[in-house]
Amino acid sequence: MLQNRRIKDIVAKQVMLGLAVLVGLLVFLIAFGLFTRSRPILETKHLSELLFSTRWRPSEGAFGFAPFIAGTVWVTVVAMILSVPPSLLSAIYLAEYAPKRVRHGLKPLLDMFSGVSPVIFGVFGVLVVVPLIKSLNEDFTGFSILAGGIVLALMIFPIMTSVAEDVIASVPQEARESSFALGATKWETIKYVVLKKARAGIIAAIILGLSRAFGETIAVLMVIGNVAQMPKSLFDAAYPLPALIANNYGEMMSIPLYDSALLLAAMILLVVTVFFNVIAWSILLRIERQHA
Amino acid sequence: MNNAHIRTTFLNVSYGEHPALKDISIDIPALKITAIIGPSGCGKSTLLKAFNRLLDLADDVSICGEVFVDGANIYDKATDVYSLRKKMGLLAQKPFPLPMTIYENVAYGLRIHNGIDKNKLESSVEHYLREANLWDEVKNRLHTSASKLSIGQQQRLCLARGLAIEPEIILGDEPTSALDPFSAEHIEKKLIELKERYTIVIVTHNIQQAMKLADYVIFLYHGRVIEEGPSEKIFKAPKDLMTQAYIKGEYLDEIWLAKEAQAGRKVEEGEGI
Amino acid sequence: MPNIKKRLFEEKVFKATMLASCVSVVLVFMYMLVTVVIKGLPGLSWQMLTQPPKGGYYMGGEGGILNAILGSLYLAIGATFLAALISIPVVLYLNVYLKKDSKFAVLVRFSFDVLWGIPSIVYGAFGFAIMVFFHLRASLLAGMITIALLELPIMSRAADNILKMVPHELKEISLSLGATRFETATRVVFRQAIPGILTALLIGFGRGVGDAASVLFTAGYTDSLPTSLLRPVATLPLAIFFQLGTPFPEVQQRGYTAALVLIFMILAISIVSRLLTARFHKHTLR
Repeated sequence: MLQNRRIKDIVAKQVMLGLAVLVGLLVFLIAFGLFTRSRPILETKHLSELLFSTRWRPSEGAFGFAPFIAGTVWVTVVAMILSVPPSLLSAIYLAEYAPKRVRHGLKPLLDMFSGVSPVIFGVFGVLVVVPLIKSLNEDFTGFSILAGGIVLALMIFPIMTSVAEDVIASVPQEARESSFALGATKWETIKYVVLKKARAGIIAAIILGLSRAFGETIAVLMVIGNVAQMPKSLFDAAYPLPALIANNYGEMMSIPLYDSALLLAAMILLVVTVFFNVIAWSILLRIERQHA
Repeated sequence: MNNAHIRTTFLNVSYGEHPALKDISIDIPALKITAIIGPSGCGKSTLLKAFNRLLDLADDVSICGEVFVDGANIYDKATDVYSLRKKMGLLAQKPFPLPMTIYENVAYGLRIHNGIDKNKLESSVEHYLREANLWDEVKNRLHTSASKLSIGQQQRLCLARGLAIEPEIILGDEPTSALDPFSAEHIEKKLIELKERYTIVIVTHNIQQAMKLADYVIFLYHGRVIEEGPSEKIFKAPKDLMTQAYIKGEYLDEIWLAKEAQAGRKVEEGEGI
Repeated sequence: MPNIKKRLFEEKVFKATMLASCVSVVLVFMYMLVTVVIKGLPGLSWQMLTQPPKGGYYMGGEGGILNAILGSLYLAIGATFLAALISIPVVLYLNVYLKKDSKFAVLVRFSFDVLWGIPSIVYGAFGFAIMVFFHLRASLLAGMITIALLELPIMSRAADNILKMVPHELKEISLSLGATRFETATRVVFRQAIPGILTALLIGFGRGVGDAASVLFTAGYTDSLPTSLLRPVATLPLAIFFQLGTPFPEVQQRGYTAALVLIFMILAISIVSRLLTARFHKHTLR
């Protein structure tokens, strides 16, 4: 009887361990998979041509990713500019000023917002944001980087605010007490002491938001116009990398190297987001260790 | 007492349902070292925090009664909490340097209350670091992070920081209990020097320290004042049974229960923590 | 000398700004949900919910979005099941078999965190790469596998946070009674954490139902109801996307209605998981 139980224990342990190892390797598996499929184009073209050429004509064999990279960068920057200040301010408010009941009510609400399907944000964008922008500047259609930026800003707000709030709230109370005992006001304490202590974690929160903005596909796709051009103004339409992949999967098998190019785009997204995530989570891990 | 710097009348503090201080009416003499003694958890820190209204920050705390500093009730609605706290320097049990350089730590209070005048600031910072006996050790690394100092140095830095706001009263919440004996001695000697110019109130559970430093002693147990008086009297000829027992290091619970029963008060489970 | 009035004034200004940011963003979110719901209501009908698209649907013809509703449900349920198959054992292993400071545990958790940040389109592309490698076509199965990968980190992080809250004394008691680790994991820890684990599953499910980018290439699209694992399947997010993309106002209206259905689904999941979390906290030993 005992033998049976021991066997179950050991078998279960091996299975679980195996699965855990699989999880640990998953990121590499994904990277490997994408890399393999994008090798054809990497072997045919120079990396510099792929990254910097603005000519995108797959049927002629021209695969310049520059407009898409530019589109992604523009829309991400707009989203960060729109989202980071309110996010930080809200995080400070929730962590330091909000009465308990407000905090207990708003935090789950934020969680719920972060669980809303991206398509809904896209629908809202088409319904309200695009016409709004069109009304600001009649020369353009309204499908623009600005529209994409606004929609993205909404999407990344919950996660940035949530992480930043956690970090700020975890600053030890002694830090605040030391400052108060010296006669500082609450705001001064936050400005000079709390935020300083929370600085690394806040940066991590921003990086997580950045990473999310970089990779979001469908919501942006619905409002940004999907025109492959180097953007010159916020009202221009653009074509971020994720949208490129999403829009063209249908044709990719029919044109040579097209599938490889699109998977290279996915690979670029993977590398960039993993890079950001590793930095952000390392910071947060270090903070957690400090508090332990 | 005539020159009481701080006076409390019927101060009662509770955390939620839990009473922490009961009917505290004491006087703290000016320009002397007063030691508040008693075993852990009897409300000493709470009393100290009531003096600079740091108690306001605790969760679910209710405070009634009055605390007079220089004759004015600090719990009056019209009180400016920030200038009150400027009058009091706090040395916490565990030194907590602000997340800045050594220089900035000392300058913090100066900047907030007085504004920035660069020349004056530099000489002030040096002055207070000297006062805390820390200048020589840090004068070459003023602009490095304060967290790199040893714990004894950190506590001296906190002293410099507290003195820099030019208080009248220094509050010490077990200021040496986290320090090594050498640093502890340093701080103790400094406090004796400082009582020439500041009223000092320290909380301590170390009777030897109280005997060394205190001019006046207040003995707290379970949130009540058991006995108070000049240290000579308290340590050499204590009136109360409990004080005698505490000073000798004996257990107090039975005496306490008997006393409370005599006074007709029922002692609740876990009261006074 | 910066006097007290000036300092307090500065505080008042910032405090007002902070409150305004927080409130206005929350209001915008509410506005978003309300707008979509209101826009979608007129199209809501029994037909929409119970019929697949009939001929000419995309030009204004008869039918509904049952294909997408069922497709999304089957897809998400299957994917959640697959993800749970990996996620729950791994998280149990991390919390019951390994010590708190185990380096391996840190590594696996870090891995989950990084996976959590990978955009869904990358999972879709990877899913597509696998499909091509195995000569599979766009199908319900391929979609399930891809969404399972997407849900895995989300579910695991939620489940891990729940299991971390199980007091370690509980594990100690079980072990000191002579139970094996496996028995402790399954009979004690898991049982204690069931509401929390269900919440984690729901959170994963919610994400799986709402994602479009990862199913785009892997699940395909179809007007028929889901019948087989190996055939393409329709999903709500794509239904919304395609219908909004047509030039016909009637069809666009249906897109909005489909969005409404999706919102309700997600709200329902959210509410149920909140209730479960509340129940879990009620029963937790402290």
